[in-house]
This record gives sequence, C-alpha cells and structure tokens, in this order.
Amino acid sequence: MRALKRVWEWFDGITGISAWLIPLATHPVPPARKSAWFYVFGSATLIVFLVQIVTGTALASGYVPSAGDAYACLLFISRAPLGRLVRGIHAFGASAMVILVGIHAIRVYLMGAYKYPRQMGWLTGAGLLLFTLLMAFTGQLLRWDQTGFWTAVIAAEQAGRAPVIGNWLGHFILAGDTAGGATLSRFFAAHVFFIPALIYMFLGFHLYLVIRNGISEPPKAGRPVDPKTYRHWYQKMLEREGLPFWPDAAWRDALFGLLVIITIVTLAWWVGPPELGKPPDPTIIEASPRPDFYFMWYFAVLSLIPKWTEDYVILFGPLLFGMLMVLLPLLAGKGERSPLRRPWSIGIVALVVVIIAHYWSIGMIAPWSPRFEARPLPPEVVGAASGPVAAGARVFYYKGCEFCHTVSGYGGIRGPDLTFAGDRMTPPQMATRIFSGAANMPSYNGNLKPEELSALLAFLESRVRMMP
Amino acid sequence: MTEVTSAAQLTDETGRRRFLSRLSLALGAIGAALVSVPSVGFLLGLRSTPRIWRSVGRLENFQIGNTVEVSFVDPSPLPWSGVTAQTAAWLRRVSTQEFVAFSMYCTHLGCPVRWLPDADLFMCPCHGGVYYRDGRVASGPPPRPLFRYPVRIRNGMVEILASPVPIT
Repeated sequence: MRALKRVWEWFDGITGISAWLIPLATHPVPPARKSAWFYVFGSATLIVFLVQIVTGTALASGYVPSAGDAYACLLFISRAPLGRLVRGIHAFGASAMVILVGIHAIRVYLMGAYKYPRQMGWLTGAGLLLFTLLMAFTGQLLRWDQTGFWTAVIAAEQAGRAPVIGNWLGHFILAGDTAGGATLSRFFAAHVFFIPALIYMFLGFHLYLVIRNGISEPPKAGRPVDPKTYRHWYQKMLEREGLPFWPDAAWRDALFGLLVIITIVTLAWWVGPPELGKPPDPTIIEASPRPDFYFMWYFAVLSLIPKWTEDYVILFGPLLFGMLMVLLPLLAGKGERSPLRRPWSIGIVALVVVIIAHYWSIGMIAPWSPRFEARPLPPEVVGAASGPVAAGARVFYYKGCEFCHTVSGYGGIRGPDLTFAGDRMTPPQMATRIFSGAANMPSYNGNLKPEELSALLAFLESRVRMMP
Repeated sequence: MTEVTSAAQLTDETGRRRFLSRLSLALGAIGAALVSVPSVGFLLGLRSTPRIWRSVGRLENFQIGNTVEVSFVDPSPLPWSGVTAQTAAWLRRVSTQEFVAFSMYCTHLGCPVRWLPDADLFMCPCHGGVYYRDGRVASGPPPRPLFRYPVRIRNGMVEILASPVPIT
C-alpha cells in the first residue's frame, strides 16, 4: 500500500496531474436546489457514449466490414458467448443516446441555458445531436441484413432529391454506381472512424466550454441575462454559494448514469438485440425495409405529406431545422431565461414532441404499406361457398384489393374499410371508383374481365350490416 | 549583460517572428494538403459507370405477356461483394422480339417493388406506390415511372444492360 502511494507521488510529482485534475473536479457549481435532477441528462448522454465506445469496440473485433461477409459476422457475434448481450447493449445504448441527447437539448432550451455566454455550448451540442443521429442511422445499416442493405439504397435515393448534385451525392453515399462491395465499407468507416472523430472534437470543445463558462444556474423569472454584467454576477454568485462539483453535484450524475446503464443492460438481456432479417441479397424481392424507432416518425412524415411537397420536405426540412438550431443562440442570446417568461418555448417543445409522437405512432402501424401477408378471406366472412359472391371474394384477393382494404378485420388499411361497402355505395358507384382509381388507388380499367367485375361487385354489394 | 535593445533590433526581431510564424503555417498547410488531397480524392473517385450486357436467360424461357424476376451480376461487382454483387430486374416479354426490363427500385425512395401477376400491378412495400404493367405510376407517392434497362436479344439469349442504380 505504501509502495503504491509512493509510486503515485512520484508519478504525480513529475506530471502534476492532481494539481490539474483536483481543481477541475471540485470547481464550484451553482446550487441547483429543486432543479438539481434536471442537470443529469448531459452527463448521462456522455456515459452512454462511453458505453457505446466499449461495446462498439468489442463488436468491431468480431466484424468484417465486407458486403459479402458482414451478415455472417452478425450471426457469428449473435451466437458467441455474450455476443448477443453486447449487441443488445449497443443497440439499446444507441436508443438511449438518441433519447437522452434529445432530453438534454430540450432541458437546455427550456431553461434558456443557451444564452450568453453559452451560445457556443449550444452550437457544439447541436452538432453532437446531428452526429448522434448519423451514428444511429449508420449503425442500423451495419447490421447488413436485408433492411440494412435497403437502408443504404434509400439513403442514396433521398440524397438524390438534392438539386444539381443529387445524382452525384447519391452515388457518393453508395460509394460507387451500385449498392454492393464498396457501400458497406464506406458506412463502416463513417460509423467507426469519421463520425466518432467529429464527436470527440465537438465533445472536447463542449466540455471545455462547460468548464470555461460554468454550468448555467437554474433560471429565475425576472432575472434576465445581460452580457455586460452576467460574468461578473455569475462569479460573485459562485463565490457566495457555489458548491464543489465533485462530489456535491457529481453523485447525481453517477446515480442516474448507473440507473441508465442498468436499464440498458436489463433490456439487452431480456429483449435482446434487434432480430436479424433475411440476408442482404438484392434479388430477394420480398423486403419491407423499416427504419429503427428513432427514424420511424420521419418515415411516417414522408408517407403522409402531399406528394408535391415531398422534394421540398426532404431537402428543406432538415436544412430548416439545422438553421433554426444555429440561429437560436445567435438571435436570442440574452434576456429572460425562465420558461415562465418564455411561454413560446414551452409551446414549441410541446408541439415538436406531440408531432414526433404522433407521426411515430402512425409510423409503427404504417397504414400506407400494403399488407402482402393478407390471406384469402375465410368462408365465414365471405358468407358463400360458391356463386358470384364467393367468386368475387377470390377476385378481391388476387387482384390485390385485400392488400389495401379491410373486410371484417382481414386485409390492409391503406384504403377505406369495405366491411359494409354495400351499405354505402351502389354497384354503379363502386364500378366507377374501381375504374377511375384515386390518388392512392390504381385504376382497374382494362384490368378486370366482365365476369370478374360482376363477381367483385356482387361480393362488395353483399358487404352489409346484419339485420337484427 | 546589457538590457538595451535598439528600436531597429526590435523591429528586426518582430519581422523575423512574423516571417517564421507565416512560414510554419504555410509548411503545415503544404503537409496537410499532401496528405488530404489524395485521401479525399480516393474517397470521391470510387465511382465508375460501366454498363455491361448481362445474359439473363434463353429467349424461349420467357412467355409473351409474362413479367418475371431475373437476377444478374451488377455492373461493378467486387471480389468481396458476395450476394450484394447480384441485382434483379422485372423482365416483361411484350412480343416475340420485344422485351421491357424494369428496375426493381421504386422511384419514390428506392424500395424493391413487387410484381403481382394476378393483379397485373407492381406494388411497393414501403409507402404503397403502385405501377401498371408498363411501369406507369398507378397510384401513391412515386414521382415517375419505373426506370427501364435496355434489353437486347443475342444468339437466342436475352441480355440486360446492367447499369448504375438509378438515383431519381
């Protein structure tokens, strides 16, 4: 023990590490009192980032970034002892990071902590939010199952909507003219080297700024930030009532961080990592690529916006969001910090959360996707074993109607529920709609033989409420 | 030891330092360019746009009026591409000598469209885009018809011009 102490003293004597670290750890922070627990989300994001580095490094040691072999590597990792758990921790860690970085940003926005002199803290944080999303996106792709493969194609197609450089950008993302050998390597390099390097740089600067400017004190209504006097006032306040960060504030970060890690590991253990889909073979046409949950709401947005706005939304949506994030601290860098005096901030956060939650919940159902798994209607639903009604039910299935229309709980939900179509429409009206189609329904003009049409109409006409 | 420095000496010193700092920055920039220009150039230059005719089957194996999936090796396979070197298309035999090959990429966001032979329609699993048998948009979000690959018949074999992924 004494020998160890002497080694430490020798090391400290020639490096000066404690003279540098102890003041850093014990730097005074404002007493947060009732708001103290609001301050744990930034450090929790950092802790989960460390979790991702550890598990990501472990996973990378079992992964070959080769388009032909990566899928087999995923199988290998998932079957190795603890491999499934590490994959699970990395996947739930990614979700946790997206959620925590979002909560952290909302906390900083609501408390006006982006105002003078912490504008650059907000801007580096906005960069880190973007990089976190890019990591989530590229990480889902590295699973390199069928969905991973198609995610690369979809990313390239979306980039292709950019004017002038779209085509070039799309092929740059694919790392060539086709989605294949070079594509996965490019995403691997981005996920493991390029984006993490940016994260380290921004994170280092972000943390430096926290020390340089001090953590923001809890806002108080009627105490606006005045750049002329703020630093002086903040310094005096710290001298009066500041608490050492270590351990007075750090224990909350440690406790919350541990709870987050326990949650991640528990979920990884019980739920496991995302299931691997089919192999990334482009010739298997039966694919239904779906984004991981953090982009599910965007998937829904792209499905539900009017067709003519699509190019603008894909292009200007992310651009506009980025611009607002950059402009916020530059335009509103002083004045009231308290959300009580900034009711708009509460409204904006509520609006964003409600919109994302709403689109997310629709995205989980994806009513716009045809239900290819639908089977022919059972006889008890059809109500006839032979004759025109039964024939019409068969037409209803094999012409693809059932993929988009529900009858008595069977089928897709893209189009109107036709369980009681006979109550609403006459056969001529039905025929008109079948021939004309609609924005989201193909026209069957020229597609149905006369006997198919009459059987289909007989079937639809029989869809009526039972008389009591 | 004399502390006296003449004004001329001071100016000399300042000028020398300014020169040295500019020199150091310039040397650093040259070093950075020497490393980053080839690296970035390599990243940007991976794309080639070859178009190669790939045989997808004997002429008599395709029935007139039918649309079937054909798979072939994409135009730029790499030794480590594995299954991803393959690609597919929907091939329709219109008449004895006429074929149409549709890209499987939906023109909306690139998901693989499925051919439903009984319904005589292509449908996309992602956002429900629908196309007629000739590739025209029937309904849903796709902005333009299915992309077509050139097809030709050589020595009794049907060949498709394997092309880059169409970015629409």
